[in-house]
Amino acid sequence: MIENLKQRVLTLCPSAKMMGEYEESKMLTIEVPNENWHELAVSLRNEKDLQFDYLQDIIGVDDEGRLGIICRLFSTTYAQTPLVVHVWTDGRECPELLSVSDVWNSANLYEREVYDYFGIRFVNHPDMRRLFLRPDWVGYPLRKDYDMESNPLVLKNEPVADFERSERLELDSNGRIKESSFQLFDDKEYVVSFGPQHPSTHGVLQLRVSLKGETVQRIDPNFGYIHRGIEKMCEEYTYPQILHLTERLDYLSAAINRHGMCLLCEKALQMEVPERAVYIRTIFDELTRIASHLLGWASMCNDMGAITAFIYGMRDREKIMDIFEETTGGRLFTSYSVIGGVSQDIHPNFQKRVKDFLPYMRKMLREYHTLFTNNPIARQRMTSAGHLNKATAIAYGVTGPSGRASGWHNDVRKIEPYAAYSKVNFNEVTDTVGGSFERYYVRLDEILESLAIIEQLVDNIPEGDYKAKTKAIIKLPEGEFFERVENARGDFGIYVNSHGDKSPYRIKFRSPSMALVSALDPIVKGEKIADLIMIGGSLDYVIPCIDR
Amino acid sequence: MFDFSVITCWIDNLLRVEWGLPDFWTLAIEFVLVGVALLTAYALIALVLIYAERKICGFFQCRIGPNRVGKWGLLQVVADMIKILTKEIIPIKRSDKFLFLMAPFFVIIGSILTFAALPFGLGLQAIDFNIGVVYILAVSSLGVIGILLAGWSSNNKYSLIGAIRSGAQLVSYELSAGLSLMVAVVLAGTMQLSEIVEAQSDLWFIFKGGIFAFVAFVIYLIAGHAETNRGPFDLAEAESELTAGYHTEYSGITFGFYYVAEYTNLFIVAAIATTMFLGGWMPLHIPGFDAFNAVMDYIPTPIWFFGKCAFCIFMALWVRWSYPRLRIDQLLKLEWKVLMPITLVNLAAVAVAVTM
Amino acid sequence: MEIKNIDIKNIPLEEFKDNEYLEQYIEELRKAGTNVVVSKLSDLLNWGHSNSVWPLTFGTSCCAIEFMCTAAARADFARFGWEVTRNSPRQADVIFVSGTIVKKMAPVLKRLYDQMAEPKYVIAMGGCASTGGPFQKSYSVVKGVNDVIPVDVYIPGCPPRPDAVLYGMMQLARKIKLENYFSTKRLEVKEIVPLADIARKAKKEKGA
Repeated sequence: MIENLKQRVLTLCPSAKMMGEYEESKMLTIEVPNENWHELAVSLRNEKDLQFDYLQDIIGVDDEGRLGIICRLFSTTYAQTPLVVHVWTDGRECPELLSVSDVWNSANLYEREVYDYFGIRFVNHPDMRRLFLRPDWVGYPLRKDYDMESNPLVLKNEPVADFERSERLELDSNGRIKESSFQLFDDKEYVVSFGPQHPSTHGVLQLRVSLKGETVQRIDPNFGYIHRGIEKMCEEYTYPQILHLTERLDYLSAAINRHGMCLLCEKALQMEVPERAVYIRTIFDELTRIASHLLGWASMCNDMGAITAFIYGMRDREKIMDIFEETTGGRLFTSYSVIGGVSQDIHPNFQKRVKDFLPYMRKMLREYHTLFTNNPIARQRMTSAGHLNKATAIAYGVTGPSGRASGWHNDVRKIEPYAAYSKVNFNEVTDTVGGSFERYYVRLDEILESLAIIEQLVDNIPEGDYKAKTKAIIKLPEGEFFERVENARGDFGIYVNSHGDKSPYRIKFRSPSMALVSALDPIVKGEKIADLIMIGGSLDYVIPCIDR
Repeated sequence: MFDFSVITCWIDNLLRVEWGLPDFWTLAIEFVLVGVALLTAYALIALVLIYAERKICGFFQCRIGPNRVGKWGLLQVVADMIKILTKEIIPIKRSDKFLFLMAPFFVIIGSILTFAALPFGLGLQAIDFNIGVVYILAVSSLGVIGILLAGWSSNNKYSLIGAIRSGAQLVSYELSAGLSLMVAVVLAGTMQLSEIVEAQSDLWFIFKGGIFAFVAFVIYLIAGHAETNRGPFDLAEAESELTAGYHTEYSGITFGFYYVAEYTNLFIVAAIATTMFLGGWMPLHIPGFDAFNAVMDYIPTPIWFFGKCAFCIFMALWVRWSYPRLRIDQLLKLEWKVLMPITLVNLAAVAVAVTM
Repeated sequence: MEIKNIDIKNIPLEEFKDNEYLEQYIEELRKAGTNVVVSKLSDLLNWGHSNSVWPLTFGTSCCAIEFMCTAAARADFARFGWEVTRNSPRQADVIFVSGTIVKKMAPVLKRLYDQMAEPKYVIAMGGCASTGGPFQKSYSVVKGVNDVIPVDVYIPGCPPRPDAVLYGMMQLARKIKLENYFSTKRLEVKEIVPLADIARKAKKEKGA
């Protein structure tokens, strides 16, 4: 199968170079020259037998002085081998690459991120400005030669601008690059800035919204108000230390993210994890998912003005926090999965507590439906706004419950089963309509599925060790490693480039929330302000995960 | 039934006859007394309502609510009041200073004026207009001017959106609120509030008026609730959308005015509903049960009045804390396509029924 | 002259014995001295202020979740009258810096703080807000919000549990009770340096 794909790619682009031992890693890695990249991208996306329509991530790299990008492509129609494409720039002074944002919508933000981190400019990109850092930021932080002290803290009280200028690079007919700058919003537009401090942006996100009356015309998300530079910090930290930072990306799926990073390290080290640890991890993942969905439900209700529902969600979430606390000592961050297993055995009360929780949660879900789902105002509001069709969802890479509500079967637990997911029966909850109500409902139904998974696992936790023996210092072998897990918001991807050290050379986390926010613009166009807030709630993004 | 006019007449007599003051001074002193009494009642009702809302909302949300400051947290609101009175008032750059500072007064004056005409008990009414219903409708909608001014003068986009929403909302809901009150007017045959209450001495309109009065009562509660700008009709504030809506830029006591007015407006709506449909201060009288009626008369009239108000307010709080917010188009649709036609048909029907 | 008998019903004085910051604060106030009438009135105002602290809904990351837990049914800070969370900084009394503050956010935070009406207080919640927490090595994180705005109370934890948040709130209430409302300038306790600064200084010296 890989052989077929290899031949196909070579016929499309003879200058492509095959790389590495692709058979072991179950993906095809190719290197493409910049001139052919856009052309190849178009064919990969559109050819009938290929249809790589899901661009999972674009990863910028500064590898041994060379700047470039790595794209990871999947096909949603065919169960094909994922394709990993490397594209390199010439030189470091003025690196430029061709943009593929016209091929995959999700590339828009990813390319801006690469520009922000590495200074690689993308030709034909519609809006080439910094994504996370301040517009006056000096240098590109993820380059290896970045001076850490080059940007002092600004202590002035600054108004947040409604109007901003952006740049655009275009190829003219002679193949020369033409630079132009333009203003994001027209002077005559009524631009309202939601955020960075706003009760309903679910963190510090700025949404510049162009309004006409109550109707939203256009929306421009501005990230970076919680950009902590985790990826750069990881390059100095050892792998066990990095685990703690993965928790702080998407704090609501902390255990799942951490699990993902552990899986990657274990896969790279070819380590056997005891069955007991696998089961415990899966249960913790699902409990985390329930807690996250509860908070998502609660804050969506709060966004719609139902404050009591918010308190109810938080109340039931506390039960999960109690379970976590008893075994691990932590509430939000359990710090439980470690490389090779889990950090300690479960508390003797754990199974009993979990089993008490299952019927309680089912009962409470029924209460939620009576209180909120069947409320006529809520129902009318949710069904009438915020539709996202399947094609758009895939183009923007909207994964997780939000993507599934549009009919896209993207559950990583089903596609690439990890941990104990291959051993349990559960449904992938999907819908076809893709409205706010479906997203809302899929989320609540997923709680039921998670409960079912826990129910199947909790009594069958095998006896034995909870942790495999590891070396004192964990060093990953040389190479590139990918891992994806399904966190509460969707496809959480991790990329590690190891040079055989105790810390990674480059690490990149694919944030599912970023895709959710990028899809906000097509969804809310023409809706009311109130619906913008509600749709934001129904997508349930977590900003620190985007900003990293 | 104890007639409170005995006390007021005694004071009047004391001033006029015993002390021999001329008319002008008598009236002046009486005005001051009435004013002080009304303002005290106004502040007290607001404080009690704020406390009640925080406790009741806690009850709905499985929480305890304030319980540390004073016994059962009773002094919580007093502490809040002291705090808010001593907070800084921030002057806003590039705002219309005069309108900005005037706006809260419109809101507060609108509700105080309404207070003056409410019959709190037998003989407990400051002014008894012969067109009391029209007066109440007129002054209680003064508040919207304050809100519009606040939105306009703050130089803030959230405020402006909130104010415009509020304007659209109040103008619309004023119609069904007013028209549904007309049902009670038709039933009573007068616009004077004291006479409307008297007309319910045999049985309250909500029972006597049959289905017409009931429909009008429910519609008035909905529309009145919408006029107070409270959830699920709190689009003008819309905490999760517009941070604090029209009063985003107000701090200190200027914000305190809006905060207090919100609660007194809640009370006013309940009080008007009580007066027009639930018999005001009139005890429950059932024709034919004379002994029962006599027992009911022993309960003082203000207790009847405030008890019925408390019932209406509790209903409002219940809705407030369990319903999500409406969207602006749903809100207007509800008024113009549902409430308004029903009210008109209802009014026509009751008019026909009464004349027949 | 004796300043005042500091007591909060919920927390006996002994529990605060280890709080050098507040003790020095009292010393400082004693030196300044106050008038009896003014002091009584100030007591009343401080009682009002300390019992009615309305937080601004402000959260940047993980700590905001624990802040919401404090507001929710289990911990319920409404008991102390703190549940009136205001979304507009103009109407809030305290800003919980719940979460990491990065260089892009710092001017916004400063602006938010400036928008609040006096008297206003700041609680740095969690490791990130106090010192930069786990993100000390980052190029973009502000290492302690006291670089940007003055902090009244630090709550340690990553993130702090709701109980810790409640304790921090009570500390703030206590601190407000010590204040002299009518003094023209805010008292500055010069000797006390926030923990973050000490750590940083030590680190710098070590580095040098």
